[in-house]
Amino acid sequence: MTQDQSAIQDASSEASWISVSGLHKIYKTRAGGSTHALADINFKVRKGEFISIVGPSGCGKTTLLNVLAGLISKTEGSAQVAGQEVSKPLPEIGMVFQAPTLLPWRTILGNVMIPVEIQKRDKKQYKQIAMDLLKLVGLDGFEDKYPNELSGGMQQRAGICRALVHSPSVLLMDEPFGALDAMTREYMNLELLRIWKESNQTIALVTHSITEAVFLSDRVIVMSPRPGRIAEIISIDLPRPRTLDMLTSDAAGAYVQRIRHYFSSSNVIE
Amino acid sequence: MKEKLRNRPEIFLVPVVFIFVMWLWETLINRLEVKETILPTPSRIGEALIMQFQNAYFWQNAWVTTKEALYGFFFATLFAIIVGTFVSQIKIVEKTVMPYLVGFQAIPKVALAPIFIIWFGFGQTSKVVMAATIAFFPILINIIEGLKSADSDRIRMLRVFGATRYQIFRKVQVPSAMPFFFAGLDVGILLAILGAVVGEFLGSQEGLGNMVLVSQYNFETPTMFAILIVLSLMGIFAHIIVRAFQKKFAFWADNSHIVGT
Repeated sequence: MTQDQSAIQDASSEASWISVSGLHKIYKTRAGGSTHALADINFKVRKGEFISIVGPSGCGKTTLLNVLAGLISKTEGSAQVAGQEVSKPLPEIGMVFQAPTLLPWRTILGNVMIPVEIQKRDKKQYKQIAMDLLKLVGLDGFEDKYPNELSGGMQQRAGICRALVHSPSVLLMDEPFGALDAMTREYMNLELLRIWKESNQTIALVTHSITEAVFLSDRVIVMSPRPGRIAEIISIDLPRPRTLDMLTSDAAGAYVQRIRHYFSSSNVIE
Repeated sequence: MKEKLRNRPEIFLVPVVFIFVMWLWETLINRLEVKETILPTPSRIGEALIMQFQNAYFWQNAWVTTKEALYGFFFATLFAIIVGTFVSQIKIVEKTVMPYLVGFQAIPKVALAPIFIIWFGFGQTSKVVMAATIAFFPILINIIEGLKSADSDRIRMLRVFGATRYQIFRKVQVPSAMPFFFAGLDVGILLAILGAVVGEFLGSQEGLGNMVLVSQYNFETPTMFAILIVLSLMGIFAHIIVRAFQKKFAFWADNSHIVGT
């Protein structure tokens, strides 16, 4: 292989760091029937891109994220992350959950170190990374505290550190701020953009907040239910760095309107 | 001090109730001239208790019963951990073994004591077996429930990071089981003492249960009550020790929702 060719290949894999094509997921129900949770899903995500997946409940957005996380199997088609077909959880991936899901018997540092322990990485080396991450999210000084001593927003930030500690190139987020109050949520959105800028991850975020999706993302994947498929992929051409003021701009309003249209046309109120 | 009493009136009320009941008991027995062999006064029970404390023979017997209960408790816990781990981790084992365990639990275990005496003799072994048999089930059930109680979101979180089944067991299921485990131990240690005493009732040459029988034979009712108090103190002491371990090893748990069997 010549250098040119490998450069081209690198470029092409960076252009499709996450690559989903012809993906179907069919669940067998107990009654003997089947549910078409995902139908013919196709999209690509660039390395370092921030995408959001939105849609009314039952549209399969969480299922899609679980397939990418290697937690559930595909029925048909392909899902690749960093050039690898996802058939089990990949060390390339970090995930942030709806609830912080910290283990109450571990300190904050102990919780952040979970992926390091599981993947049997060098604890000494990664402890420094964990401490740096805690500092990055403003939790320095809390490493020896237990989760129940922290507020919900702080716990979720610790959850983000845990997802990032093993330096994954892809960060999957499953409605990470859904349980937070509006103020904390806006603050966490800004924090996330800051962390993203510093760590340069590729982020796929599932959210039920349309404004959140517009505010954070380069592109928004809008899904529709029964069967779950992609209705539209919308590029959000708002300048970066983004500020909360932009949310009230006409451009942002137009994007929100356009996405909301899909929600109302599927007769689901969220 | 005043502040403390207002917030926690029980500090004051508990001893007051105790003193009142003792006074009432003492007075009624004296007034009604109840025979000491039927129901002795608290002061006579106190005297009997102090007498026993000064007696080396009593301490030997107390030690025998303590030993029987502790050995029984130890074996009950050991077997409960082994059985509980297999039952909770392997579905087919659970389905196969559970009916037998439930059937076993349905036996009134005290009724097994005569059989244990035939099998293991009048010595301490039959008492240890009795204590272990009675204490086993509540500990086992709590271990099984505890290991199965692990939050599915926490398991999912570990799986995302690539955890093996063993890692999930060790890092989530075992810690999740700890509050249940200690709740089981708390009940188990009391049942182990009960088992040892019941075993002694049915045939023994030593132990506190044996002392109760001998006192009964001699119509020494105050001594019977005194030993009853000693057995209660043993139970309370054991409970406090289990609680201390629980505070250390399951400190995160709000165990108000865990039922003690």
